[in-house]
Amino acid sequence: MSGPSTYEPKSGFTRWLDDRLPIIRLGWDSFVDFPTPRNLNYWWTFGGILAVFLMIQIISGIILAMHYVPHESMAFDSVERIRRDVNFGWMIQSMHANGAAFFFVAVYLHMFRGLYYGSYKAPREILWILGVVIYLLMMATAFMGYVLPWGQMSYWGAMVITNLIGALPFVGDAIREWLWGGFSVGQATLNRFFSLHYLLPFVIAGVVGLHIWALHVPGNGNPVGLDVRKGDSGKKDTLPFHPYYTVKDGFAIIVYLMVFATFVFFMPNVLGHADNFIEANPLSTPAHIVPEWYFLPFYAILRAVTFDIGPIDAKLGGVLAMFGAIAILFVLPWLDTSRVRSMRYRPLTRWFFIFFVLACLGLGWCGAKNPDDLVFVMGHDAEGHEVGFKFLWFGQLLTLYYFAYFLVILPIMGIIEKPKERPASIEAAVLGTDKS
Amino acid sequence: MTEHNGAPDGHGQEPSRRDFIYIAAGGAAAVGGGLVAWPFVDQMNPAADTLALGSIRVDVSQVSAGSEITVMWRGAPVFIRHRTEEEIADARDVDLSALPDEDARNENAGMEGAPAYDANRVLRPEFLIVKGNCTHLGCVPTSQETSQGGEYEAWYCPCHGSHYDKSARIRRGPAPENLPVPDYFFESETVVKLGLSGEEAANSGWAVA
Repeated sequence: MSGPSTYEPKSGFTRWLDDRLPIIRLGWDSFVDFPTPRNLNYWWTFGGILAVFLMIQIISGIILAMHYVPHESMAFDSVERIRRDVNFGWMIQSMHANGAAFFFVAVYLHMFRGLYYGSYKAPREILWILGVVIYLLMMATAFMGYVLPWGQMSYWGAMVITNLIGALPFVGDAIREWLWGGFSVGQATLNRFFSLHYLLPFVIAGVVGLHIWALHVPGNGNPVGLDVRKGDSGKKDTLPFHPYYTVKDGFAIIVYLMVFATFVFFMPNVLGHADNFIEANPLSTPAHIVPEWYFLPFYAILRAVTFDIGPIDAKLGGVLAMFGAIAILFVLPWLDTSRVRSMRYRPLTRWFFIFFVLACLGLGWCGAKNPDDLVFVMGHDAEGHEVGFKFLWFGQLLTLYYFAYFLVILPIMGIIEKPKERPASIEAAVLGTDKS
Repeated sequence: MTEHNGAPDGHGQEPSRRDFIYIAAGGAAAVGGGLVAWPFVDQMNPAADTLALGSIRVDVSQVSAGSEITVMWRGAPVFIRHRTEEEIADARDVDLSALPDEDARNENAGMEGAPAYDANRVLRPEFLIVKGNCTHLGCVPTSQETSQGGEYEAWYCPCHGSHYDKSARIRRGPAPENLPVPDYFFESETVVKLGLSGEEAANSGWAVA
């Protein structure tokens, strides 16, 4: 959709600048006159929301780094000092901690939007892959950020996750020691995590630039999944980004920020874990280590593999399944064989998608529970203990569905499913008639 | 490169001097790049002062039979348990085939790959000394001292349910290996030194089973 530029510099200075550095033209073509499908719904506002949250995290993070001390004997106290003594530290720390959670809520909705409306399909494969790269970088950043307050969950979360690396054959132990910079999670680990936690958001910002670049070549997808028509009729399919979508995105951003503010000001710790208000203690493991909520589905997949698969032992198998659950997103554009983008016109696959979303939520539930807890009770054994359907089995079932969705359902449905009739154009979909 | 570069100087498909220079320059750049990159990778490995903290001495005279202490060594816990006669008998009355991990996991010199008999995991049967991080994901198992010793009344990892026996060998659960025996020896009747130099290791009395 990168057509000829419509920017016309109005003043002498902007003409002079445009001949030397056409930066105003770039902004104009990208965010003012950018032709955008006229049927975008609110699911398309999460890109803008994510951009806002990246900025919130970077700004609040730079401020926190002015007061935080990355030392194993001082980190915990320095965070408490930020929360109690630093002017407005209570607010900025809360924005940063809750901002991470809201960042992930938005990214998950953004990803489910992409899955539902086929945003990963040609010609947007690279756009999708860059998105998965951003997601991976976000996970790494969030994980290391969670270690910095040096509470019990920080420490033991870091311990569990870095020990996953140790599951790799041959090189696992050496890589783990290299990551730790010692023989265990300690000062060296904390210090480097701080350094990388500061670095990665800027890497994310760079990849976001590529993501937007890749978006602006084919332009936005849209809920009916049709391409914008070529030539003059294409104008009837689109609206200029400004004011139509700046206002729509702006409204969504404000609503989202209102919910965010509710958490920041009225329940700043509700998404945290009580154990993280206890300083890290290498001699005492909390009874129940759980990652932050946004990692729970993957934690459930990790724990679902309790059996050896051929030469792969259960521990390595779990690690492979967990990373595979994300890696599979990279090849998704080639796993989905249907040329119909939007699930609106895929009557069967739509249901499989809805179950996929439920499976992801269910995996999150399993991740928060002890594997031996019961989903529901079916009776009592001879000693009077309750027996029933374990969360472990539930998690295994959902893990199976997670992978089957990508590896079986999407490839097959594209071949056997008869899609519903689609409108002739985006204009026809919006206005109900085909005026072309 | 040879396919495109050979013809003009009349040597047909034979590699030319230019091909050689091209590959040699590229090779030198790759090796040079690797040499420059290595310090930036290696700086993340344990530093000299971290390595220097590799050995400590522990007085075990106050650890009475049937009790245990946990000491910090290299930033991680080490369990030192003074076992009773019953515990030792219990630990030794186990068939190798009952063990998921048949390797003694003894890090002392000469003990690589020794079978997981209790005798291969202790220097003096009454003192069991093992690293205190679960071999699954590194949690610290709870001990029988806290009445949460698990099915074998020894150690139990609460994170993902691994049960260890009275020789700290994995018996049930996701952990793949026995709790490892660190390199140590008894400096005197009551003092254990964790972390050995090579010479001391030679005299430490570990028998190759």
